[in-house]
Amino acid sequence: MRNKILELLEENSQYTFEDISIMIGIPIEEVASIVQQLEDEQIICGYKTLINWDEVEDKEVVTALIEVKVTPQRGEGFDKIAKRIYMFKEVTSVYLMSGGFDLTVVVEGKSMKEVALFVGQKLAPLDNVLSTGTHFVLKKYKEHKVIFEKQKKDERMIISP
Amino acid sequence: MNIQDKISLKVKNMPPSGIRKFFDVASEMGDAISLGVGEPDFDTPWHVREEAIYSLEQGKTVYSANAGLLTLREEICKYMKRRFDLTYNPKTETLVTVGGSEGIDVSLRTLLEAGEEVLIPEPSFVAYMPCTIFAGGVPVPIATKAENQFKLTADEIENAITDKSKLLILPYPNNPTGAIMEREELEKIAKVIIKNDLIVLSDEIYAELTYGINHVSIANIEGMYERTIILSGFSKAYAMTGWRLGYALGPPAVIQAMTKMHQYVLMCAPTTSQYGAISAMKNGDSDVREMRKAYDGRRKLMLDGFKKMGLSCFEPKGAFYVFPSIKETGMTSEEFCEALLKEEKVAVVPGNAFGSSGEGYIRCSYAYSIAELKEALVRIERFVSKILASKS
Repeated sequence: MRNKILELLEENSQYTFEDISIMIGIPIEEVASIVQQLEDEQIICGYKTLINWDEVEDKEVVTALIEVKVTPQRGEGFDKIAKRIYMFKEVTSVYLMSGGFDLTVVVEGKSMKEVALFVGQKLAPLDNVLSTGTHFVLKKYKEHKVIFEKQKKDERMIISP
Repeated sequence: MNIQDKISLKVKNMPPSGIRKFFDVASEMGDAISLGVGEPDFDTPWHVREEAIYSLEQGKTVYSANAGLLTLREEICKYMKRRFDLTYNPKTETLVTVGGSEGIDVSLRTLLEAGEEVLIPEPSFVAYMPCTIFAGGVPVPIATKAENQFKLTADEIENAITDKSKLLILPYPNNPTGAIMEREELEKIAKVIIKNDLIVLSDEIYAELTYGINHVSIANIEGMYERTIILSGFSKAYAMTGWRLGYALGPPAVIQAMTKMHQYVLMCAPTTSQYGAISAMKNGDSDVREMRKAYDGRRKLMLDGFKKMGLSCFEPKGAFYVFPSIKETGMTSEEFCEALLKEEKVAVVPGNAFGSSGEGYIRCSYAYSIAELKEALVRIERFVSKILASKS
């Protein structure tokens, strides 16, 4: 039941408890209490709206993906340095990676200059940060399973019943 | 010369499908919502499309074997074993057709002599009756009933049988009612079928779309395998309607005779579609699971909506339609659909389009987004409550 609710909410967090209760066939109260539980357990960590800022004319959002090499610390591994990084409000995501570098840090800013300043003044100088490689996002095609393209029209015809 | 007179009476006298007129009107209204379409709203899974594109790039654009690409036939047989525990020989018992529709047409024409009767449970897909007539057969409708959840019963078959009866079309999971036939119910009708030496055309195009219970083919019932032709296809389960690809499975003699006809009429099914379909059979199980899950949520939403309106609606266990009764409103199906379209701009299909026993019902497809379905339910509710209020 928990997974069914999670899958529906992942698909669309605007589904009401009533919608969910009908679609999976349990009482509304039960849905509400399971969702509460999931929130308490921080399995549901938040509800956000997916926005394609590219289409908004009077606001610019620049996203950069930064490859960061760090020195892990004794007893702390990567967690402590990861925390020092993710606490910055400019940072939207941080992942520990396998392979050629250690952390992927996603940064958002109002301009390329702002992001560059953040990397140069805040991120790169941190102790334990060995190197950074900044890649700016030029265009977002798809995020969180959603394709950022104009939705196509329903072209189905009434051919046969 | 009047060219009209040159058209065969068989064709001229066939009434057009009773669906179109509403939807021609609906498509001219900008903001009408249609719940009329009988095809998935999903796109064909990308791996299927990608495989077809690759085959085009490779220049695989020639005819395939008449019966279809052998690899595809092999994959279909593996799939039938895996999903429905049925064993067919890809070389002798499998024919790839141009949609399930060709399967219906070719099997009828292969099996029927002039004047032989075909038992057709109704309400059901609108093509069985015309195809039977075009094949020279005589359609004998069997009205299924809401109180039996639109399932076919042994008594109903027995009552319809004459010494000319030859075939029974078994359209389950059913369009338009969403009814399914479970194993025990199939066992009961199998006895009558065997006793009267009928052949069954089992149209299982919606076999993958059942909810909470797996589809059972009548070919799985003892004594039925050798007298059943399964007709199925890729349209509904894999959202591949435009690819026009289906298949027929059955006794070698019948499949080979059907292949002979298919060879003269169509040569082979579209080769590009067949390459895509191989990927559907091999790698498509999880796509079907996801689509089924989405349909199931919408099904429950629709069912709940109609119940809240005070219309009785039996729980459909298959396909992607609900078939609520509108008898409560005192209107005929057509009156209801016309008024609903005019007043609330929602297009649904009158039940009588699927046979006279569909009178008093409407078919609503839920192959639409949740948002569209919710809006449609709000409008239908407003419409129904106004009528019910004016009656009391």
